[in-house]
Amino acid sequence: MTGRPCAKPQATKVAACAAFVVLVLLSICIGAGEFSPRGLFTDPQALELFLVSRLPRTVAAVLTGAALSIAGLIMQALVRNRFVEPSTAGTAQSASLGILIMTLFFPGAALAVKTLAASILALLGTSLFLAMAHRLPPAQPYLVPLFGLVYGGVIGAVVTFVGWQTELLQYIDIWTNGEFSGVVRGRYELLWGTAVMLVVAWRVADRLTLLSLGRDVSIGLGLGYQRTLQLGLVIVSVISALTVTIVGIIPFVGLVVPNLVSRIMGDNLRGTIPWVALSGAALVLSCDILGRVIRYPYEIPVATVMGVVGAFLFLYLMFQRSAHA
Amino acid sequence: MIVIENVSLSHRDTPILRDIDLSLPRGGITALVGPNGAGKSSLFSLIARLQPLQKGRITVDDMPVDTTPSRTLAQRLAILRQDGAVANRLTVREIVGFGRFPHHRGRPAAEDLALVDAALSEFDLHSLADRFIDTLSGGQRQRAIVAMTFCQGTDYLLLDEPLNNLDMFHARQLMRCLRTIADERQRTAIIVLHDINQAASYADRIVALRDGRVIADGTPDDVLTEDHLESIFGYRMKVEHMNGKPFVLHHL
Repeated sequence: MTGRPCAKPQATKVAACAAFVVLVLLSICIGAGEFSPRGLFTDPQALELFLVSRLPRTVAAVLTGAALSIAGLIMQALVRNRFVEPSTAGTAQSASLGILIMTLFFPGAALAVKTLAASILALLGTSLFLAMAHRLPPAQPYLVPLFGLVYGGVIGAVVTFVGWQTELLQYIDIWTNGEFSGVVRGRYELLWGTAVMLVVAWRVADRLTLLSLGRDVSIGLGLGYQRTLQLGLVIVSVISALTVTIVGIIPFVGLVVPNLVSRIMGDNLRGTIPWVALSGAALVLSCDILGRVIRYPYEIPVATVMGVVGAFLFLYLMFQRSAHA
Repeated sequence: MIVIENVSLSHRDTPILRDIDLSLPRGGITALVGPNGAGKSSLFSLIARLQPLQKGRITVDDMPVDTTPSRTLAQRLAILRQDGAVANRLTVREIVGFGRFPHHRGRPAAEDLALVDAALSEFDLHSLADRFIDTLSGGQRQRAIVAMTFCQGTDYLLLDEPLNNLDMFHARQLMRCLRTIADERQRTAIIVLHDINQAASYADRIVALRDGRVIADGTPDDVLTEDHLESIFGYRMKVEHMNGKPFVLHHL
């Protein structure tokens, strides 16, 4: 049954696009302040609310969701393992270590500079993870994600310990527990950097697919293996650093979205990247909307909602997998 | 022509290949035989630049494999690895299509698509073309990977145990197909074979390796003698002749 690509991919694609549009509209309309789309043209205050808060928040959720799921997809291709993602395997933790170091030693640095430091640390942390993951026996597919969890946990613990010693724990919480309530005009624009990464990822999609076929096949087909690996690492690290700095860590997105899309459409990234991005955006948008309505007018951080929703999706994937195995 | 000069390789302190000198002219089928651990796969990975050269020199059509751009080599030389396990969810058509990657770098032309279609027909894969490769049997998957290697359209093919998992029908078909491209298109196939009788029937030349050394090299008639076979594989086996070709009773 799952042997062939989805029998009606066209219908699935149309449904996905429609759901996405509805979610964007919902995200714009829902919030603590009064707002109706009609007011955009008549009420200057509504327009102001839209431009300062609702639009940035929606854009941020879309960019974050799309970018995190693509980062997960690429990381899975680099490591050749379906169960890793940047937020559990040390990339996001390394990024937050970068921000912590900047906060401690250069507290006055601009956000862009902090993000750059976070990117560099994320790149180092992920390269080390990749180097070690490639040494683990490939016949044991669950070893890599387990190792990633331990590795990410150790770096996360360092961040917490240093934060505790320096009384920055509350501050650390801002970037370890992702939420969009702080996103307003002027405070999220760096996130557009993830869009650049998405375009780069799409342009090199074929090479990333080849990477996932392994080193020997890639080299045999004339791919610059090391360079492609490095490019993939940069994309994953920059996306993680940008989202951690501006939104905070959101778990599970990079794990479940690529797996769900792969189940339906396969692993040819040239074709799947747009749909992974769209589904990731839709998932993060829905979790953010849920977080806004559950305790209206108060908010639950998107990372918390995603923790619950993502866990269920992950369980679904696992049970589906064993049913077909 | 592939020229291997004075190549040695060791892993830590264990020698794997010792002073290999071999030249493989363009055209024809060369079978590489030898017991497990003789160094056959290692020699392949050196020729195909999958592993750095430690000592010696290897050229493909006068291009040194360690300094020629990988893409240029990929248009001349294709390799099928023994453990080419692919667990991805790519369709058979997609994976065969990636064989054309060195030529189009992601933008397949009409010619590339036609070649993919031809390879699918050649290896009896049309009915499986839209199936994900992770849902196929071992033999079907092997055929898909072999088709991908063929599709690369190179003058030289290095095939490491291509008959793995194949049933008799498809094994015979693959060997005949290699014979055809060698005879009609002057392409060169170098194959690691464990079935010595496949080598006897289809190869023009047999090179035998043992303990990292070439210990026999010649036509099937020259190499497949009882004495040679004993020194290669370590036991005595009977050699008969059928239709003018040697037939080794290695299983008795």
